[in-house]
Amino acid sequence: MARLEGRPVDTAAIPVHPALAGLLTPRAGGVYGVDAASLALTLVSGPSAAGAWCGVVGCPDLGLEAAREAGIDTDRLVAVPDPAELWWEVVAALVDALALVVVRPPARVPQRDAARLAARLRTRQCVLVVWGEWPRCDGRLSLVSSHWSGVGHGHGHLRSRRAVIEARTDVTVSRSREVWLPGDLGQLGPVEQPVAAARHEQPDLQLLRGAS
Amino acid sequence: MWCPDWPVVAAGLPSTVPAAVLAGGEVLACSPAARLEGVRRGMRRRDAQARCPELRLVERAPQVEAQRFDEVLEALEELTPGVAPIRPGLCALRVPPRYYGGERETAAVLAERVVELGVWDVRCGVADGAFAAEHAARRALTQDVWIVPPGGSADFVGELGVDVVEDAALADLLRRLGVRTLGAFARLSPGDVRTRFGDTGSLLHRLARGEDPRPVARRQPPPELVAGSAFEPPLETSEAAVFSLRTTAEQCVEQLAHHGLVATAVRIEVDSGDVTVQSRTWRHPAWFDAPALLDRLRWQLAAGASAGVPGPGRRDEYRQGIGAVRFVPEETSAVGEHAETLYGSGPDAQVERGAARVQALMGPEAVQALRSQGGRGPGDRVHAMPWGERVPVARPAERPWPGQIPAPAPATVFASPRPASVAGAEGQRVLVTPRGAVSAVPTRFRVSTAEPWQQVAAWAGPWPVDERWWDEASARRIARFQVVGVDGRAWLLVLDGDTWFTEARYD
Repeated sequence: MARLEGRPVDTAAIPVHPALAGLLTPRAGGVYGVDAASLALTLVSGPSAAGAWCGVVGCPDLGLEAAREAGIDTDRLVAVPDPAELWWEVVAALVDALALVVVRPPARVPQRDAARLAARLRTRQCVLVVWGEWPRCDGRLSLVSSHWSGVGHGHGHLRSRRAVIEARTDVTVSRSREVWLPGDLGQLGPVEQPVAAARHEQPDLQLLRGAS
Repeated sequence: MWCPDWPVVAAGLPSTVPAAVLAGGEVLACSPAARLEGVRRGMRRRDAQARCPELRLVERAPQVEAQRFDEVLEALEELTPGVAPIRPGLCALRVPPRYYGGERETAAVLAERVVELGVWDVRCGVADGAFAAEHAARRALTQDVWIVPPGGSADFVGELGVDVVEDAALADLLRRLGVRTLGAFARLSPGDVRTRFGDTGSLLHRLARGEDPRPVARRQPPPELVAGSAFEPPLETSEAAVFSLRTTAEQCVEQLAHHGLVATAVRIEVDSGDVTVQSRTWRHPAWFDAPALLDRLRWQLAAGASAGVPGPGRRDEYRQGIGAVRFVPEETSAVGEHAETLYGSGPDAQVERGAARVQALMGPEAVQALRSQGGRGPGDRVHAMPWGERVPVARPAERPWPGQIPAPAPATVFASPRPASVAGAEGQRVLVTPRGAVSAVPTRFRVSTAEPWQQVAAWAGPWPVDERWWDEASARRIARFQVVGVDGRAWLLVLDGDTWFTEARYD
């Protein structure tokens, strides 16, 4: 089927952060949507930590300190904070050169332009991470819930967060998982399954209940 | 030839105004007017201001000093070859005395030329060696000359105190040994001086005896590295121009390589008719080779040809075709410094081209490279600079930054903070007292005027920051708060005076 559509059959899987392993397997040439900045950063940190050059277009709000904490090599980051009307041209130029590009799309994305960019991504084997809405994504990560701890009433500071991430792709059913985003020591990773969950053998159900 | 108080002159401050140039918080040089008020070299800023409250202070700019002195050197080179700069403000010349009719006349001609440049305080000294001549110049009056007769250098130098020695430790030692003038120092035996004071002392000993072993090193005029070509008749298309300039670009790179240099910044100038219609500086994170130069030229011409792109060049300016193109190397560095990138550990060539293409579309500032730096706010801790430029980071990251919010950092930092509101239980606005306590417990908040109010689930703070209090324009007294709403989302809010802003979101 893939061959009929003219795309490369075996697109290589790109490195993915351990927190997302098993949840989503991003492939080179794909478009992945996220609805939170921290998820975008987690998605970038896989290839970036492996030495790939990444780009950020039109996201002047992306916290780069947080990017470094997520494991992104900011020395290998090309940022175009304000592409203005030349959004498509800038994205196309960077897609040609980089392994991954994070974008904040303009207000309305026409289906045709999205399809044309998708074709370019496939030939260049570049990953597009969209922070916002996009007509057709190969995968979507969304933040279902998050619970911060470490802060009280006038004391402490934000220390860690347990978040439930849901991943949807066009071929698999949606999966969700509870992760530290980040944990007490700044680490990002899955929350160990509670003992009770293992006994009941209903891990998915338990995880969701624990988060709500 | 000596121009006193060069740092002040180079800063463009008139000598009639009390002014001083500071380096590291101490007075490096001051104008004659300031000296009359009692300001001295080596004084601390506050002491100098106490002596003379209307003193104008400027920071030292070594680059400007050197540049201004280069103008003087060039002017002198027009009159006589072989100018040896010693440091900005001081240079040595070897002049045939009879050409202008004598030493006094030669000095007058040279001084006049320098005064024409607007440097009115210039003093000349004539002696057998550069050391003696320098001190003769120091004894001369403004726009005058002090001549030490041939063979008289030893006597002249002998009268000077040992304080003139640049090595302060050696001068101090000599004074404590009872040697107060260079003449007394000269009478010591050379062998003893060498065993006791080493090479430095030995050199000074020879200077004190009126010998000057240091040859007057002539300045090498900077080589002409500009490469360009003119087209007759003018070219119509940019492709033709790029094609014709292939050899010129290669020449430009070769010329530089001949001097052991590579260009890291090149200005490309394009003429149409007789006017330069487009001039733009391109930087390369590594260095320019001929194809890279041609790429930049192509982009520059394309950017100029496509109307609507902000920039100096538009299509109508090329009505007369492309008349001439010049490559002007603006910054060069020695090939050796770039040995690493020659072997391919610099940024990827492909990435480089991608970034340069966006720069061609949007201007060099649109693409940024990011480095970490110190700072208290989440937005202050990243230093964004134009891609390809090497801007030193102003605030080192490794210093402690008291008042900064502990990790984790917020994933969204709003480029422009949004107006927010925080209210206490009775609906009153929450403020911070001068002692750093909150006026009421925050119970409700709103992160922007468009969002609904919501209850505070948890909060922390304030983290007070009293930044840059010494500078009125950029001084800030703010307090930061972390606030978690009942919907589970966490925010970083800032209280500036009595106004709340949303600075960042932990999402």
